[in-house]
Amino acid sequence: MVTFHFVPYHEIEDLNSTRRINKLMGIIKQDKIVVLEGQLQKEEEAILIESTMNDINDEFKGIELAVIYPEKQRMDTMKRLRLDIARFLVGNRQGFTIVGPASIVKKVRQNPSSIELFTQEARKRRKR
Amino acid sequence: MGGFLNRFLQRYFRNIFRNRSHVRLGLYGPPNAGKSTLANRICKDWLGQEMSTVSAIPHETREIQIKEQVSIKNKNGKTLSFSLVDTPGIATKIDYEDFIKKGLKEAVAKKRAKEATKGVIESIKWLDSMDAVAVVLDATQDPFSQVNITIVGNLQARNIPVLIVANKIDLRRAKLNKVKAAFPQYEVVGVSAKTGTNVDDFYNTLFKLVG
Repeated sequence: MVTFHFVPYHEIEDLNSTRRINKLMGIIKQDKIVVLEGQLQKEEEAILIESTMNDINDEFKGIELAVIYPEKQRMDTMKRLRLDIARFLVGNRQGFTIVGPASIVKKVRQNPSSIELFTQEARKRRKR
Repeated sequence: MGGFLNRFLQRYFRNIFRNRSHVRLGLYGPPNAGKSTLANRICKDWLGQEMSTVSAIPHETREIQIKEQVSIKNKNGKTLSFSLVDTPGIATKIDYEDFIKKGLKEAVAKKRAKEATKGVIESIKWLDSMDAVAVVLDATQDPFSQVNITIVGNLQARNIPVLIVANKIDLRRAKLNKVKAAFPQYEVVGVSAKTGTNVDDFYNTLFKLVG
């Protein structure tokens, strides 16, 4: 069985970057896949990777990360501007961020509008 | 807000003190994309010697490698000098068992995994020290991976000029157009660092980027 844990954006919007990452890592370490409303900042994604690397051991092998978001390149200037203003005012709520432990999510295949998660078989997970 | 101000000040001071005669060119990308092979190609072409070891086993480069004072020339005789920084591949997961599958003993595999995690952290920390970056991707792999997007996004957030190098175009599975479609806002150069195919295009684009 695979558990998805939904995190609405308002649960992280008042947290600083470190606390955001700690919150997500706490859920991932419970062998759950985080579905976060919106996106982390790019710098926060880098901090998430750093934090993951610090935590890797024989049991925790890392994470798989995917972000699905509106494609800005395909928008006209007005739509892009509106999106940027909304992002500035209410935070990066566009799209979804999926983060799961690598022991459960074997592979992520993504393109701008879809994400495919390939999960490890439960038997293999137990063996580890 | 504090983070924003901090980033702004970092960028501002970096731009003030940036010494154009000492440009630091970083090679970034996921593991086994060919960063070290490209670094060796550049050094062999212009210095007559290699700088990094390469291997089919991922995470061969686990520490930052720097070659100072690499000077390249274009057709017009213009010279571009830079320090070349070959970085460990950035990944979101590292499993020592993958190294065992590649033939390494358990103790060696675990040591390599530990060093690889430190290498990823080093690569990320060094992002702020770069003046320009060539993001090296394996053109036979899916370019839409989040690691690639995170690397490029972090460079964009830091206002660091970016060039995408789609490596391994000598292989039949290489899909240069797919890499171009994934990063339409950046210059994408297809090369084979191993065979030297199209490397001149890469040098010309470097001049455009930081020359």
